[in-house]
Amino acid sequence: MSEPELAHAGLNLGPSAELTRDGAENAIFGFWIFLMSDAVIFALLFATYGTMVAGTAGGPTPASEFKLLPAFVETLLLLTSSATFGRASIAMKYAEPRRTLFGWLGATLGLGLTFLALEANDYATMVAHGAVPSRSGFLSAFYALTGLHGLHVAVACFWLVVMVGQVLAYGLDARVKINLLRLGLFWHLLDIVWIAIFSVVYLQGAIR
Amino acid sequence: MSPSTPVLPALLGRFGWHDLPFVRAWQNPTASEIIGAFAGGLVVVGAIAVAAVLTRHRWWGRLWSEWLTSLDHKKIGIMYVVLAGVMLSRALIEAVLMRMQQAVAIDAPGFLSPDHFGQLFSTHGSIMIFFMAMPFLTGLINYVVPLQIGARDMAFPWANSVALWLTIGGAGLMMASLVVGEFSTGGWSGYPPYTERDFSPGVGVDYWIWAVTLGSIGSTMAGINIACTIYKLRAPGLRFMRMQMFCWTSLCTAILMIFAMPPLTVATLLLALDRYADFHFFTNDLGGNMMNYANLFWLFGHPEVYILILPAFGVYSEVVSTFSSKDLYGYVSLVLATMAIAVLSFTVWVHHFFTMGQSANINAVFGIATMTIGVPTGVKIYDWIWTMFRGEVRFTVPMLYSIAFMMTFVLGGFTGIILAMPPLDYLVHNTLFLVAHFHNMLIPGLLYGMLAGYHYWFPKAFGFRLDERWGRRAFTCWVVGFYLAFFPLYVLGASGMARRTQAIFEPSFRPWLYVAGVGAFILLAALASLMIQLYVSIRDRAATMVEAGDPWDGRGLEWSVAAPPPEYNFAGLPHVDGRNPFYDDKHDAGRPDPYRSPTDYSDIEVPRGSMAGIAIGLGAAVAAFGLVWEMWWLTLVAAEVVVAALILRSFGRNQHRTIPAAEIAAEHEAWLARVRATRPIPRRLETQAINRGLAEVRA
Amino acid sequence: MNDRRQELTSYAIGYTLSLALTVAAFAAVRWPSVGARATFGVVLVLGVIQMAVQFRCFLHVSLKRSSRHDLQLILFSTLIIALMVSGTLVILFNLRERMM
Repeated sequence: MSEPELAHAGLNLGPSAELTRDGAENAIFGFWIFLMSDAVIFALLFATYGTMVAGTAGGPTPASEFKLLPAFVETLLLLTSSATFGRASIAMKYAEPRRTLFGWLGATLGLGLTFLALEANDYATMVAHGAVPSRSGFLSAFYALTGLHGLHVAVACFWLVVMVGQVLAYGLDARVKINLLRLGLFWHLLDIVWIAIFSVVYLQGAIR
Repeated sequence: MSPSTPVLPALLGRFGWHDLPFVRAWQNPTASEIIGAFAGGLVVVGAIAVAAVLTRHRWWGRLWSEWLTSLDHKKIGIMYVVLAGVMLSRALIEAVLMRMQQAVAIDAPGFLSPDHFGQLFSTHGSIMIFFMAMPFLTGLINYVVPLQIGARDMAFPWANSVALWLTIGGAGLMMASLVVGEFSTGGWSGYPPYTERDFSPGVGVDYWIWAVTLGSIGSTMAGINIACTIYKLRAPGLRFMRMQMFCWTSLCTAILMIFAMPPLTVATLLLALDRYADFHFFTNDLGGNMMNYANLFWLFGHPEVYILILPAFGVYSEVVSTFSSKDLYGYVSLVLATMAIAVLSFTVWVHHFFTMGQSANINAVFGIATMTIGVPTGVKIYDWIWTMFRGEVRFTVPMLYSIAFMMTFVLGGFTGIILAMPPLDYLVHNTLFLVAHFHNMLIPGLLYGMLAGYHYWFPKAFGFRLDERWGRRAFTCWVVGFYLAFFPLYVLGASGMARRTQAIFEPSFRPWLYVAGVGAFILLAALASLMIQLYVSIRDRAATMVEAGDPWDGRGLEWSVAAPPPEYNFAGLPHVDGRNPFYDDKHDAGRPDPYRSPTDYSDIEVPRGSMAGIAIGLGAAVAAFGLVWEMWWLTLVAAEVVVAALILRSFGRNQHRTIPAAEIAAEHEAWLARVRATRPIPRRLETQAINRGLAEVRA
Repeated sequence: MNDRRQELTSYAIGYTLSLALTVAAFAAVRWPSVGARATFGVVLVLGVIQMAVQFRCFLHVSLKRSSRHDLQLILFSTLIIALMVSGTLVILFNLRERMM
């Protein structure tokens, strides 16, 4: 507590003495560190993808597999979900009616699940014509990278459901608020990782 | 091992009777199998014996509520160190077995089969790095750092417990591999394609993958926790440039853990995908590239070296300064050197695979970067020497380790410079020269440091000092044993003897291997001396009590509280205005009395115990065990336990306990009264019974 | 409710900018006007700008004095990630060139 004036990026709660005492700062800062550690994992999967994208072993290639339209729609879904989560956190901060908060969280969840459904559909299409991960190094790297991102989105959706349960059980007490903030950071960061995915994976693959 | 027929595939996955070492030894009673069965039996008997002792003394309840579920950083730290001690014993015995095998297997088969030998060097390395060194240093940091920065606990006490139990879970998998199945023969680095299913179809590599992955995740969590603690929980006035050196090295180690453990997690999980789901990351065919693995592994592996060494540097800084009764020389240069080492450690990983086939220019860049690290390390050595210069040096056990470290580590550093030159590296790559080099770095640079820290802080943690005489005996054995066991390996390596060799066909190696074998036995004697020392110290503890808490005339805040410290560490949070707050208060006239009462007492919140940490750590280990044996149902059930524990914990409220101010006041005032009744002693008497933990102040 | 309006505006700006940058990146690939390498360069630059926009508008990371710890953390992480990714790509591409 050497610098009590310190406010964290993402620690977006407004003045609240109760929260400071409960170590909201530490909680958020610690979560930022975790996110950066997670970002290293993604970065290494990107690097691995970069080194393996040429390893198609005579099988499907990026150009033959990646379609721009589904990738574009998925991007819009995730971007919009990031914005709706932002709206939900404003609803939390300014103590708007519970209905509003749940409405925006619900919208976020819906967008996240739709994203997952579309991604699953992409996978199914690829698998249907033989583009499975065991086919080549390129496909292994593709499935590991996008799959890990999808897994993160799925975890975030599950976490969101748990948080709704906590709001119902405890209202917006200090810990619920902190955890919603953390989930928000997580969600925004997944969108940022997706920017890298659509740029490096889908768009690079579709460049002719 | 030949694949054995599964017994009950639906329930037990790929387990067959042949997977039990006892059955193997019965069917094929060779020395190698009997040793394996004996080791497995030792694990089982040891576990039963511990359980029996606990039951007989009715200690289960206390163990559970006061230790296993505790969130107190001090107890978690101690449990880490206990884990490190247990695993050190196993891995050291394995080392002795390997040395014996190499000493007798000269133009002869020896007593260990090649497969068994392979398992031994793999477990020895994996345990020493992930389950001896990492828990030891994490435990010391856990115990000491909150006390040094004037905090009541870590930033995330619960996550601390989860990290501990994940590490214990990983270590548990290592132990399980002795009793059920086998371990990897792929070395501690587990290079594919050898560790792919095509070449290692058994359960060994899977044990390795999941044990290391659990340890890696646990270390990442520990790193986040330590960094956040040092960033956020420092006492009022404790600016960064006033922190103790051990806090600085802990901070840098934590940052390295945060960024260097993820590459390991990625490497092991991608290898798992290759093995379980037929991916092609590191295979020979279909576009895989095994050098991707080497690259990922050493992106972790090199910073890991500094994760191991930096905390020891911190310990030496504390020890040298305390036992010379002098300020640390060149504090700022030590801080800068630590930071420089931390950042540079991310720029040198290629020197672990100079021979991969990349261009000479790339090798040159990484060779030069490697040599650069020698500069900040050299700065540190000079700083420690200057700290001792004209100081009141006392050759206590921690100081002996520090001095042995300085000389031995510099020799190891020289051979490191040799290895950093790619053309020379090509010559000794994969030989015993390398083995000698990294043991020459890690034994003084990690083990001596951890042992020095163990001797130094033990009185703080338990309230009595360790036996000095057995400490010196252990020290002598560690040093003599090290030189005898590893210097011959330089000669052997330079003569071309490959590492990890089960049988030798060059008779001229014989004398060197004999000397190394003798050295290994002396190292075993060192471990035995440590155990005897612990026993003797506990037996004679009445004569070495240091309840006043300051046996060495210490400098940092950790020495300003009772030994052992109360659960809440500080009755009133200290205010810090310099680098040696406690020492200055003791020795400088005109400063406040360090043993004064705080202006007022207030209630203190401490975390209640939680069994979620244990559930998550052991649940993850059981899930991993299911993955190893392809018992999918077990994995599913255990994974659900983990998720349920997480969710239940997040729904929990009322997770703190308040200690009332009156209770704190009573306890603290009673301690102060006992301090006033204690006789202060001069430094020359500090290893004698008269030392009750209060330092004499020169008039 | 002035703060609230300001924050809503921040999210709206972030959303609009991100949308525009996304559309620009996809359009650059869908209707290429420069060579393949240049197009990929454009996509990468647009992606990095969009990341910066989202860090600023969604995650509220700023250059203000009050959030220096986060900024330091993010910049240090960026340094390490850059070292790891660029090192990996340089080394393994070099290896491939020499093996092929």
